[in-house]
Amino acid sequence: MGDAAAENGSAAERSRGNLPPLRLHVPEPRFRPGDQVDYSHIVVPPAGAQPRPDETCDPVETKPLCVDLIRVLDDEDRAVGPWDPKLNPETLRRKLRMMALTRAFDDRLYRSQRQGKTSFYMKCTGEEAVSVSAAFALDRDDMVFPSYRQQGILISRGYPLEDMVNQIYSNRADKLKGRQLPIMYSARDYGFFSISGNLATQFPQAVGWAMASAIKGDTRIATAFIGEGSSAEGDFHAAMTFAAVYNAPVVFNVVNNQWAISSFSGFAGGERATFAARAEGYGIAGLRVDGNDALAVYAAMRWAADRARANGGPTLIEHFTYRAEGHSTSDDPSAYRSVQESKDWPLGDPIRRLMRHLIALGEWSEEQHATMDREVAEQVKAATKQAEKNGILGHGLHHPFHTMFEDVFEELPWHLEEQADQAIRERATKWPDWRPDQVEAPK
Amino acid sequence: MIEEEPVSLADAAARPLNMIEAINEALDITMARDPDIVILGEDVGYFGGVFRATAGLQAKYGKSRVFDSPINECGIIGAAVGMAAYGLRPVPEIQFADYIYPGLDQLVSEAARMRYRSAGEFTASMTIRSPFGGGIFGGQTHSQSPEALFTHVAGLKTVIPSTPHDAKGLLIAAIEDNDPVIFFEPKRIYNGPFDGYYDNPSKTWKAHPGGQVPEGYYNIPLGKARIVREGSAMTVLAYGTMIHVAEAVLAEKGIDAEIIDLRTLVPLDIEAIETSVKKTGKCLVIHEATRTSGFGAELSALVQERCFYHLEAPVERVTGFDTPYPHSLEWAYFPGPVRIGEAVDRLLKD
Repeated sequence: MGDAAAENGSAAERSRGNLPPLRLHVPEPRFRPGDQVDYSHIVVPPAGAQPRPDETCDPVETKPLCVDLIRVLDDEDRAVGPWDPKLNPETLRRKLRMMALTRAFDDRLYRSQRQGKTSFYMKCTGEEAVSVSAAFALDRDDMVFPSYRQQGILISRGYPLEDMVNQIYSNRADKLKGRQLPIMYSARDYGFFSISGNLATQFPQAVGWAMASAIKGDTRIATAFIGEGSSAEGDFHAAMTFAAVYNAPVVFNVVNNQWAISSFSGFAGGERATFAARAEGYGIAGLRVDGNDALAVYAAMRWAADRARANGGPTLIEHFTYRAEGHSTSDDPSAYRSVQESKDWPLGDPIRRLMRHLIALGEWSEEQHATMDREVAEQVKAATKQAEKNGILGHGLHHPFHTMFEDVFEELPWHLEEQADQAIRERATKWPDWRPDQVEAPK
Repeated sequence: MIEEEPVSLADAAARPLNMIEAINEALDITMARDPDIVILGEDVGYFGGVFRATAGLQAKYGKSRVFDSPINECGIIGAAVGMAAYGLRPVPEIQFADYIYPGLDQLVSEAARMRYRSAGEFTASMTIRSPFGGGIFGGQTHSQSPEALFTHVAGLKTVIPSTPHDAKGLLIAAIEDNDPVIFFEPKRIYNGPFDGYYDNPSKTWKAHPGGQVPEGYYNIPLGKARIVREGSAMTVLAYGTMIHVAEAVLAEKGIDAEIIDLRTLVPLDIEAIETSVKKTGKCLVIHEATRTSGFGAELSALVQERCFYHLEAPVERVTGFDTPYPHSLEWAYFPGPVRIGEAVDRLLKD
C-alpha cells in the first residue's frame, strides 16, 4: 500500500477525532414469521374526511392528498364524503360480481397450477378493488399498461375467461401461441397491453402511448400499473419525467401491496415517504387512496382520468393495499412474514367491504352473495373445462411447431428458416410418425 | 413496406451530399409521406441535433412530430415502444451509440420481443438512429461500436451504411420496415470518406461516387449487401467506415480483392458472402468494434461452416482491441492500414 492508500485506509489507520463511525441502514419489516402483528403505526383516517379538489386544479393542491388516504366507505359501511362517486346499486353489484369473479378465477387457476396443469400462476387476492374499480372508472377504449396483477381489468372488460385459461395452459388455443409465461396476457382489442415479466417497462411505454394519443389529437388516455417494489426501477423516473415534461394524458398507479416477493416496501423507499408523495417532486398531481375501498379507488381513478382527458396532465395514484397471498405459485410468504399480517390488515377485505356496503344500502344480502359466489365459481369451472379440451401445459396440445420461429420478425429471415428446419428435424428424429403441421404430439 | 427495389436511379438527378444531408433528406422524405412518423431525442428539435441530422425538420413538420426529449434513453426508447403500440412510427435518435445502454431493457426485452410475445398484436416499428464508431477523438464515451450487442438479440435488425447514397436508401427502408431497426451511422464518415490515413487531409464526399445521392424517394432493401469492388484474390467483409479503409489498403497493395459492404448485419446477406468466398477461397473480416464476441466472430464462423472446403487459408479478423476506446492513443486502437495490411499479407503468404 502506498502512502495515499494508508491515509485513506482502514479505520484503525485513521485518526478522525470524534467523528462517529458511519452506519448502513438496511430496512427491516416490523414483523417476521411468528411475530405478533401490531398495526397501530398505520394511520387510517376517517372516511369522507379528505377534500376533493377540482380535477383541473393546480397539482400542488393535491399535495395533502399524497400523504392522506382517500376513503369513502366508513365503519358503518356507508359511502361518505366528497369522494363518494355515487354509483347506482346496479353498478355496484356489477363491480362486486367482477371482483368475486376475479377471486374465483384466481382460486381455481391457482389450484390448476398445483394440479400440474400449468407451470405458474399469480393471484391478486386482496387487491381486486384496484383493478376492477379502475376498469369501471376508465373508458372502455382507454389503454391499460398493466403489471401482472391486473387480471381484474381484463375480466371486467369482458375478455373471455376461456381465453385467459388457454393462455395460462399455453395450449393450442392460446392466442399468444404458447410463447409467454402464464398470466402474461395481451389483449389489444380489450385495450390491454402485452404484460412484460421485466418490471416497470410498461411505465414509460404508457407515457409514449399517451403522447401518441395527444400527438394525434385523440381523446383516449393511457393508464399504467406498477407494484411499489418495482417503482424503484429507473423506468419509473423516466416515465414520471416524460409525463411531466409533455403533460401526457396518463394515469400512473402504484399498487402498494406492501410486499415485493420477500422485500417489504421499505426497500423501495417506503420508510421515508409515501409513494404518492413522489408526484410532488415531478410537479404532477398525486393521490393516495385506500386500495381496499372499491368506491375510493373508483373515485380517484375517475378524477385522474377526467383530469388527463381535459389536458390537465398526469396523476400518480398510490393504492394502499395488501398482498394477501404469495407473490406467485413459486412463493411461500410464511417464510418471511407473519401470517397474522394478512388477517389483521386494518383496511379489511375489498370484497367484504363492498358487499357490506350494498347490504347496508338494502340492495344485497348474504344469501345473494353466497349465490353469486357459487355462480362465478361455476362460470370459472366451465371456462377451465372448456379450455382443457385445448390441452394443458406439457401434454402435447400446443401450436404447430413452426410458430416458434414466427413473429421474431415480420418475415422469416434465412437463419430462422434454417433453424426451423433443424428443430423440425430433431422432432421427427424423436418421433418418426410426427408431422410438422400437427397440433398434437404422438403419445 | 419494401415490395421491390425501386432503384431506378439512372434517371434520378443525383448531386453530392454528405452523409448528414443524406440522412436529413431520408427523414424529410419519409415524414412527408407518412404522418405517423415522429422524431424524438436529445437536442433534435429546434437545434436540429448535435450532428445536424434533424436540422429544419421541426420547422417543417411542427413541434409535435419533431421534439427534444429529456436526457433519458430509457424514456426515449420506452416512449417510442408505447408510440409504436399506438400506431405511430417513431424514429428516435440516441445522440451517441455510447449512450444507448440505459435504454437496453426497453430495446432488448421490449421492442425486440413485442411482436413475438404478443403474437403480432403489438409491434415495435421504430428505427433508432445513432452515430457510432471512433476516429473523431471522442474518447471512450463517444467512439464505441456496440453493434454486436444488438445483432445478438432476436428480433432486432441492425443496419450500418458506408456512403451518403446508402445512408439515404437504407434509412428509408429501415423506417418503412415493420420491425425495430438499429441504424448506426459511422460518424467518422459523416463529412467524407476516411481511408484510415489520419495524417492526410480529410476528404469530402464530393469526389466519391457514394456521395452522389439521387433526389427524391428510393430505398435499399435491408439484407442486401453491396459488392463495392469485384475481385478474385480474397473476399473482404466489412461495413461502415472500414469499407473505405479496406479499399485504400488493398488498392495500395495492388490486390484484386472482392470487397463486400454488408450494409445490414441482421438480416445478413449470406448468399453474397458465400458466393464470394467460394470464388476467392480467402476471407478477411474487418470491423472497428472490439474483437472478442464481435460480429466478426459470427462472420468468421459462418464462412467456416459454409465455405470450409473452399477456403485456402484461415479466415482473418481485423478488429479494434479489447480495450475501451482510448483518447490519446485513438489511432493505435483503430484498425488502420497497418493492421489490415498485416492480415492481408498473412492471407496471401502461400
